[in-house]
Amino acid sequence: MGVTGFMILMGVSKLALAADAVLPVINTGDTAWVLLSAAFVFLMTPGLAFFYGGLVRKKNMLSVLMQCFMLMCIVTLQWVFFGYSLSFGPDIKGIIGSLSWAGLHSVGMTPFTDYSATIPHQAFMIYQAMFAIITPGLILGAFAERMKFSAFCVFSLLWATFVYDPVCHWVWGVGGFLRNMGALDFAGGTVVHINAGVAALVCALVLGKRKGYPSHMSPPHNLPFAVLGAGLLWFGWFGFNGGSALSANGLAASALMVTHIAAAAAGLTWSLLEWKISSKPTMLGMITGAVAGLVAITPAAGFVGPVDAIWIGIGVSVICYFFVAVVKTKFGYDDSLDAFGVHGIGGIWGALATGLWATKAVNPAGNNGFFYGNPGLFLVQLKAVVVTVVYSFIISFVLLKIVDALVGLRVSEDEERIGLDLTQHRESGYTMLD
Amino acid sequence: MKYIIAVIQPDRLDEVLRVLEEKEIHLVTVTSVLGRGRQKGISEVYRGHKENGRLLKKIKLEIAVNDEFVKPTVDAIIQGARTNHIGDGKIFVLDLKECFRIRTGEIGSVAIG
Repeated sequence: MGVTGFMILMGVSKLALAADAVLPVINTGDTAWVLLSAAFVFLMTPGLAFFYGGLVRKKNMLSVLMQCFMLMCIVTLQWVFFGYSLSFGPDIKGIIGSLSWAGLHSVGMTPFTDYSATIPHQAFMIYQAMFAIITPGLILGAFAERMKFSAFCVFSLLWATFVYDPVCHWVWGVGGFLRNMGALDFAGGTVVHINAGVAALVCALVLGKRKGYPSHMSPPHNLPFAVLGAGLLWFGWFGFNGGSALSANGLAASALMVTHIAAAAAGLTWSLLEWKISSKPTMLGMITGAVAGLVAITPAAGFVGPVDAIWIGIGVSVICYFFVAVVKTKFGYDDSLDAFGVHGIGGIWGALATGLWATKAVNPAGNNGFFYGNPGLFLVQLKAVVVTVVYSFIISFVLLKIVDALVGLRVSEDEERIGLDLTQHRESGYTMLD
Repeated sequence: MKYIIAVIQPDRLDEVLRVLEEKEIHLVTVTSVLGRGRQKGISEVYRGHKENGRLLKKIKLEIAVNDEFVKPTVDAIIQGARTNHIGDGKIFVLDLKECFRIRTGEIGSVAIG
């Protein structure tokens, strides 16, 4: 049986070699997994909408849901017109992709071997589109309940173009300078989470606090919605990280497995911290911890083993808990839904942790980290983190200033008091009568 | 004895409660209500169909006090709720005929405080 299997494999690979000159061979299993993963990652944006939406006040629920759905539309078209080309198109000096794939020109149904030799190029493109959509979505946690909808739309389009696309190219694009430097980011720790988390901090600083923050804030209006959203995020993350293997193989299994393990370790750790420090474990703490764990394992999935994933999960909850509970309170910035505290800080920890615990035993195409005899990787990871933090901080700041000059960032005090649902969208999430 | 009813902006509730507390007026009933004054409601639009004259969310406070507490209570509500914008709300003062404390059966002024 084994021998027969081997013979068949040989036969297939000979066929593949013969066909190579004409067309690379599409693997149906790989393609099915990546297409399904694209759908998984897509579902994370509505999931995020409910996660964030449950945490805001009643009067702003629809504004959060609307912002997430608007991103699905705007960023998708941006991605088709030029975003994908800027991110993954033919490299220009390691900095950005060229526009030669604009309008998905030459992005066809056959594989593009530099990124994924066994799946259609279009499958890779649409899978990556889902990452481009959710990344600006993460930022909205920092400016929720006070940003003008028009300003949100303009800012998101600019941010996707001038921050996400370049950073995506540096880390994942062929020829990107961080990729060439050897920085490891399996599924988007730097590209997605640090990038969005730092932009979130800038938004919180530039827009300023919500009226009444922090002394007169209401509690989350619907925690069950937030829990539903967190569940969808956890589910979608299997596609986010598992799908990043771009194959239905052992690496995908490993990435999916450590994703789950890290989330479990982080959720448990956050709960225990609350139990010990603030008397009772809370539902909000549990989901915050789980999401932080998913963030932290994102760059490391596909490079680390199951036991090290536990350390990454424990570590992220300790660090993020400290940031959300102590640092944010001390400095008094209004990162409303902890987009920076969880995604920024958790992403930085995850990227550095990849430099600690990565091992070639999991992924020969990766590298060994600090604990596997290669301290150099930690420094490379640190450098990638610093570059991303600095770039995202500066450009996000500039873009916010431009949008402020164009349309104004913040709603009026009256509009903020009445709520964004009614003032920005002319509808209400909930009725009181009937 | 008077019965004071105030309709205020939802986001002023915390401040009003704080000022009331400062003047040692601890007893208050709070309800979330819908209403409309000169500010008028904001109309909502669903699939192009405009719903006119909708109502705005407000908070209603109800406080029963002895006569000497009427002025401090009204002052406290005004101080806490005033933003100088249209929609700040109103205060109504009504005569209160009787008051019973359920636990002890006390009647009148002693039962209020």
